[in-house]
Amino acid sequence: MIKKLILSIFILLLGAGIGFFVYKSETNYRKLPSGVKATSLAKFPFRLGLDLSGGSHLIYKADTSLIPASQVGDSMNALRDVIERRINLFGVSEPVVQVQHGGFVSNGGEQLIVDLPGVTDVKQAIDMIGQTPLLEFKTEAPKGTPQTATVDKDGKVTLDINSQFVSTELTGRYLKKATLEFDTNTREPKISLQFDDTGTKLFDQITKDNIGKMVAIYLDGSPISTPVVREEIPNGQAVISGSFTPTEAKTLVGRLNSGALPVSITLLSTQTIGATLGGSAVNAGVKAAIIGFLLVALFLILLYRLPGLIATISLCIFIVIILALFKLIPVTLTAAGIAGFIISMGIAVDANVLIFERVKEELRSGKSISDSISIGFSRAWFSIRDSNISSFITAVILFWFGTSLIKGFALTLGMGIIVSMFSAIIVTRIFLSTIGFIGEGRTARFLFSSGFSSGLSNNKSK
Amino acid sequence: MFIIKHKKIFISISAILVILSFASLFIFGFKVGIDFKGGALTEVAYKIERPAQSTLQESLATLDFGSVLIQPTGDLGYIIKTRDLNDSEHALLLKTLSGGNKDVLTEMSFNSVGPSVGQELTRKAIVAIVLISFAIICFIAFAFRKVSKPISSWKYGIIAIVTLLHDVVIPIGLFVILSHYFGAEVDTLFVVAILTILGLSVSDTIVIFDRIRENIRNQANVSKVVFGEIVGKSLEQSYIRSISTSSTVILVLLALFFFGPVSTKYFALMLTAGMFFGTYSSIFLASPLLVSVEEWQKKK
Repeated sequence: MIKKLILSIFILLLGAGIGFFVYKSETNYRKLPSGVKATSLAKFPFRLGLDLSGGSHLIYKADTSLIPASQVGDSMNALRDVIERRINLFGVSEPVVQVQHGGFVSNGGEQLIVDLPGVTDVKQAIDMIGQTPLLEFKTEAPKGTPQTATVDKDGKVTLDINSQFVSTELTGRYLKKATLEFDTNTREPKISLQFDDTGTKLFDQITKDNIGKMVAIYLDGSPISTPVVREEIPNGQAVISGSFTPTEAKTLVGRLNSGALPVSITLLSTQTIGATLGGSAVNAGVKAAIIGFLLVALFLILLYRLPGLIATISLCIFIVIILALFKLIPVTLTAAGIAGFIISMGIAVDANVLIFERVKEELRSGKSISDSISIGFSRAWFSIRDSNISSFITAVILFWFGTSLIKGFALTLGMGIIVSMFSAIIVTRIFLSTIGFIGEGRTARFLFSSGFSSGLSNNKSK
Repeated sequence: MFIIKHKKIFISISAILVILSFASLFIFGFKVGIDFKGGALTEVAYKIERPAQSTLQESLATLDFGSVLIQPTGDLGYIIKTRDLNDSEHALLLKTLSGGNKDVLTEMSFNSVGPSVGQELTRKAIVAIVLISFAIICFIAFAFRKVSKPISSWKYGIIAIVTLLHDVVIPIGLFVILSHYFGAEVDTLFVVAILTILGLSVSDTIVIFDRIRENIRNQANVSKVVFGEIVGKSLEQSYIRSISTSSTVILVLLALFFFGPVSTKYFALMLTAGMFFGTYSSIFLASPLLVSVEEWQKKK
């Protein structure tokens, strides 16, 4: 008995401790002046999704058609790193850049998803990413390649320059460093490029094969320089001398150094949520959660009296555990995620309802309270398991189906189901067995029976 | 048990509701949102006063944005639906809305979905629906794997699936009507709601069926007892439990509907309807159907 009492008190204290952590970490974080690095507890704020915090969500499609299949993964990761670096230059807090590989389900090819919290100006966001230059090296097309030409109305023939060149494997991906230089004679600005090891080898090969021919350097899809190769260049150095102004050249160097895009990207979809809209969604979500909790607590206590009260305490423990997990994992909360959490509160007490109904049934058949409790728990287990399995299967598939919106919902719902198995069964059982001391008297039976009957007449109504 | 006695009435009520849902589906049809078909949705709020809707409609018509739909929202805002917009088109839209920076406005949200993203999501949604339905049918098959008499297991399974269809068709019908009168659109959350209803409501039916089979097993001689009576007794034992477990979920869903974020309102409503009809059907449809099947078997 004493042991159980100590265990119960321990769980209560632990629950209170977790609750304190959830509360304190949030208030400490709120009090934090902006720009100050969070320490200790304030390191664990709730992580809010874009629909709650405001910000931009961009989906880019990457064109990987020129890259061998085995290297697509690497290229996409390189792309992600480059874009992350680019965004970090602008000091966005906690940006999320992720690669979504095309696959059996999505079939959408390789995609890059960029989340920019706090950036509500889409144009600024797109510029931030789009400005990164795409550098390509192309060689002369072999003789006999069909050329496209257009004849304008004056009868002048313009050869389409793009059809004269073919792409090579050498792109900005293999660039190590770009530097700004000035030609000693003409004082014209030029950009010297240093390739990395792979790039050096590729460039060596290209120059070796194309002596006396032109090599075109493309920036963002248009040729900026088409020098003629005089000799093989084995040291991986190239110079672009277009007709730049010094400012243009300087910006270009900066952009090249922050990383040239290894893969070209096009914007597929954008989503921006203003901060006010996000803020009101958070308030509404919190309000709905509190009211939902109060309704469930009221329902449990009215219907099940003492066990109902205990289930409510278990529900509190469920809530603090879930909230702490949201902070520690951390789970990015969206409006749908909050909905998942709120629904999981309703599901969490289902197990308790199943158990208590069974306990009431056993009480009615004349068993003692403690016997009824232990039989109720063991008999209700199968129903609890079944109802949780089907919900959990749904949550798992939804998570896997996942756009970020659905993932948020599936994750909070799934976590809720797992944690509720613990809180509703184990915690409730420990508490219930602790209060076994109230005995088998009339009051005890009253406290354990349904809220809609006196509890004593139940024995007759069998 | 009066439910079994009047089973024809309850089965008819369900049948009528399902037929009405299908009818509304055919009459009104689905309004598919930009999540799936692509397009752009811009929400703006004016600072002082919003210009008349007709003025905006006129000025927007001059832009090449396809059919533009303008809906007022709140006291000072509009929601503008267009085809998907790129960066410069988006800037042009905002400029036009502000009448060339005359009317000060803030952009509350902007969402532009390219057609390929929509197609991808549609594909994903279909795969998820197929997978979850398959998983749930497997789950039902597993739950009824043991042979039972006088009705064979697979008939319980079929009835459980019929009940499940009933549980999703009625909320869908309700949604279609809502979408006709209040402009709700089929979006990602709609699909999630349907799938969640499948997951949540299947267990209720299974638990009651389990109770029925347990009671049949406990009965020494089944043939002497009328099957309908056993079902009735099982219902009596489990309907409070069934209603209680759903009530807790419905309570939180109602809280979510009335007080929760705007973006999840229809979601909460769909789930509430799903939970309600899920509980209704496990008590008033599944068991009466079971008894009807048994009676029909005997006649044969």
